[in-house]
Amino acid sequence: MVTTDTAKYMETITVNWVLACRVNDIPQNGGACVKLGDEQIAVFNFSRRGEWFATQNLCPHKQQMVLSRGMIGSTGDNCEPKVACPFHKNTFSLLSGQCLTNEELSIKTYAVRVEDGKVFIAL
Amino acid sequence: MIKSTIIVIGNGMVGYKFCEKLVTKSAGFNIIVFGEEPRQAYDRVHLSEYFNGKSADDLSMSSREWYDEHDITLHLGDPVQEINRTNKTVHSFKGLTIKYDYLVMATGSSAFVPDIPGIEKDGVFVYRTIEDLELIKAYATTAKTGAVMGGGLLGLEAAKALMDLGIEDTHVIEFAPRLMPRQIDSAGSAMLQSKLKELGLSVHLNKSTSYIGGTHKADALHFNDESTLPIDMLVISAGIRPRDELAKLAGLQVGTRGGIMVNDKMQTSDETIFAIGECALYEGMIYGLVAPGYEMAEIVVSQLTGGSKLFYSYDMSTKLKLIGVDVASFGDAFITEPDCRTIVFEDTHKGIYKRINITTDGKYLLGGILIGDADAYNMLLQTVNNKLVLPPNPEDLILGSRGGAESEGAGVMNLPDDALICSCEAVDKAMICSSVTDLGITSVDGMKKCTKAGTGCGGCIPLVKDLIAGTMKANGQYVKNVLCEHFDYSRQELFDLVKINELKNYDLVLDHFGKGDGCEICKPAVASILSSLWNDVIVKQDTIQDSNDRFLANIQKGGTYSVVPRIPGGEITPDKLIVLGQVAKQYGLYTKITGGQRIDLFGAHLNDLPAIWEELIDAGFESGHAYGKALRTVKSCVGSTWCRFGLHDSVSFAIEIEDRYKGIRAPHKLKGGVSGCIRECAEAKSKDFGIIATEKGWNLYVCGNGGSKPQHAELFAADIDKETLVKYLDRFLMFYIKTAEPLSRTATWLNKMDGGLSYLKNVVINDSLGICDHLEEEMQLLINTYHCEWKEVVENPELRKRFTHFVNAPEEKDPTIKFEPMREQIKAQW
Repeated sequence: MVTTDTAKYMETITVNWVLACRVNDIPQNGGACVKLGDEQIAVFNFSRRGEWFATQNLCPHKQQMVLSRGMIGSTGDNCEPKVACPFHKNTFSLLSGQCLTNEELSIKTYAVRVEDGKVFIAL
Repeated sequence: MIKSTIIVIGNGMVGYKFCEKLVTKSAGFNIIVFGEEPRQAYDRVHLSEYFNGKSADDLSMSSREWYDEHDITLHLGDPVQEINRTNKTVHSFKGLTIKYDYLVMATGSSAFVPDIPGIEKDGVFVYRTIEDLELIKAYATTAKTGAVMGGGLLGLEAAKALMDLGIEDTHVIEFAPRLMPRQIDSAGSAMLQSKLKELGLSVHLNKSTSYIGGTHKADALHFNDESTLPIDMLVISAGIRPRDELAKLAGLQVGTRGGIMVNDKMQTSDETIFAIGECALYEGMIYGLVAPGYEMAEIVVSQLTGGSKLFYSYDMSTKLKLIGVDVASFGDAFITEPDCRTIVFEDTHKGIYKRINITTDGKYLLGGILIGDADAYNMLLQTVNNKLVLPPNPEDLILGSRGGAESEGAGVMNLPDDALICSCEAVDKAMICSSVTDLGITSVDGMKKCTKAGTGCGGCIPLVKDLIAGTMKANGQYVKNVLCEHFDYSRQELFDLVKINELKNYDLVLDHFGKGDGCEICKPAVASILSSLWNDVIVKQDTIQDSNDRFLANIQKGGTYSVVPRIPGGEITPDKLIVLGQVAKQYGLYTKITGGQRIDLFGAHLNDLPAIWEELIDAGFESGHAYGKALRTVKSCVGSTWCRFGLHDSVSFAIEIEDRYKGIRAPHKLKGGVSGCIRECAEAKSKDFGIIATEKGWNLYVCGNGGSKPQHAELFAADIDKETLVKYLDRFLMFYIKTAEPLSRTATWLNKMDGGLSYLKNVVINDSLGICDHLEEEMQLLINTYHCEWKEVVENPELRKRFTHFVNAPEEKDPTIKFEPMREQIKAQW
């Protein structure tokens, strides 16, 4: 039987934290794109909430590398954090990656850790 | 129970309306419809819109499915050829013989074609059905000069259609000494004629055509007075002729000049046969309008379903826009002194003529005529029909109350409950008000669905709107447009709150007046407010801007951006053109001329934007704000400096205006235009503000736009000098910036404004709110604080850093962007 604790432990050992950029590289309450290997990842500094998020940069709607340039915000009573694609304003949850405006779409999300002014992403 | 069979002959507007009314009243009939035309009933009233891009489907009044759903058998393209009254059967062209219990003849009318030699020639048409229109359209491609025979309502509609088809030289020939002889008087006709002339339509009155010249094709009209008019095509619109031939054949009584005679139950001389619409002759009169036709349909339905409604002579009041000119005639338009008192208002300059006839004791309105401005039509008609007692100064009815603060919407609530609002569908005031109160209908579209009001000719829609708003107000309802889930305020409220509290960034606004973390709706809306108030935040608060404003360029397919430098008034030097070409070549950009007389450079990588702009700024260019909800361009024609027609220097004025308002952020984009004469080559009337030179100065038009719902700008002030015009424009733009909802263009803003254009004029010209000084000051602040955002970025290394695709590899461009060649340039591959 796997307890919650063991699950957490298993996650930490499989995660590969990669240095993505410096904290100052990402605008406050906004996003920017980093290149990790061949992947483009959108990193968001939600400074109003003191939280960081990362997702794929590709908007699955029209296959455009633009999500990092989208506006972030929140929706609903639980203040679900979200990003809006600048192309057609589809919005995606920054937590689950689920598209909130078109249920057929979703994006990958990544865990983010900030240490000593550096931003790490779990690949 | 065996259902009675009703056969309807004719599937026009009235025949269709009869079916619609009957099936809603009763399911106890077996309905069979025969139609001669190949398609289902369509809206003939708006036929000329066929040339404005409406399709036959758009004009259609219902679908095939509608007939199926209601078990109505529809035989199209199959006219009834014979009625056998003894056996009670009809016999159709395709060979059907069907027994009826009741017969409803809705055969309508055909165009009256006078017996003039040469009428059979090619290039002579009538204007009646979609098929006629298709023939006209096909022939018009080779025609330069067109004439319409007949200056009545339909004739002028047909003339409009010819103009829409691109016939450069359109003429109207009328036998009578005035236009629209059934609706308006000589003075009104003269005013209408001069207005139409301005719009490029030549009118010839008192002209009787003796023959149509030409060998096979019609090529000239020869008149009795020996004069001739060369033409390429002719449209006959000399009146209508009731289609009574079938009735005549069946031995029904018809009038000497045509029309199936009916009594007040709409029964013909055979009591099982009814006639309705334009084929019916009631008390010696043919009713050539759709509303009385619908009323006749209603009478027959009532008779068949056990009711007792009777037809009385019908109100023939009409209001229409002919070639852009309002024309209305209501009540007893022609009664003259001493049987009444007549008040006339005439403004030859603006082309306005208004006449009202009132009782000699001054108590009641009898009728009147409106040319050029028919805004008051609905209220005046209601005043006649409901015998409302006139105010002590009845001239106010046509001049507008001067000095009084009463809003235009107030009058409608004073109408009696049974005041007929929509005469096409017989909807009265009580029905509309109760739909608002009891059913919660608050939009015109909702009202159309619920009561059908406004679905016929559409003329009552302003009145319906006012009634909805008036009823809601009376019920204490207040509809609030909140920005989004984060702000419980309208944009206008938030604008004032931000200003009064001097809030200068988004987070402060959200902390003070909002909740949550904001979103893609309120962020740019607040950004626009902050910009319109303080004019310095676009670059400072980049992450609350839409992508375009954030990167000061327009995002395009593939994630590249386009660059549009400002070219004020569309005037550019050869040297600057060369620079644009060089920059485009250097950065591999696709170039295209925009609709606003500028040059757009497409396909720029985010990383290249600052370098591109550095070169453009060095050459003297500034940001064109094509990316912002801001002033885009002020388009101009070449004006008096080069054009032989130009009255004033439109280019200089356009440059001056564009420089004045450049960079100003607004709820939506703003476009302007300046034309040097009435030919209007700058298309200024399709802009948020349009300026057109006149002999005496400039005319200012406001609140037009192109786009998905095109709307012409309306005349705001005439023959004013430059200084006055700029003053009005300052106030107008600032008032818009302060009060419009997010992303609403000036046209939408005006359409939703209580009191409409006259309210706006009162605020801006007469300073009715006492805010004009403020508006001017606020505008001056924006003008004084203008700066080129791109210059700011180019000169600031920190800001330049933002323009990278990968923050961890700033030199690298997005490798997913690919181009492919097209016509010696590139296009995005995706």
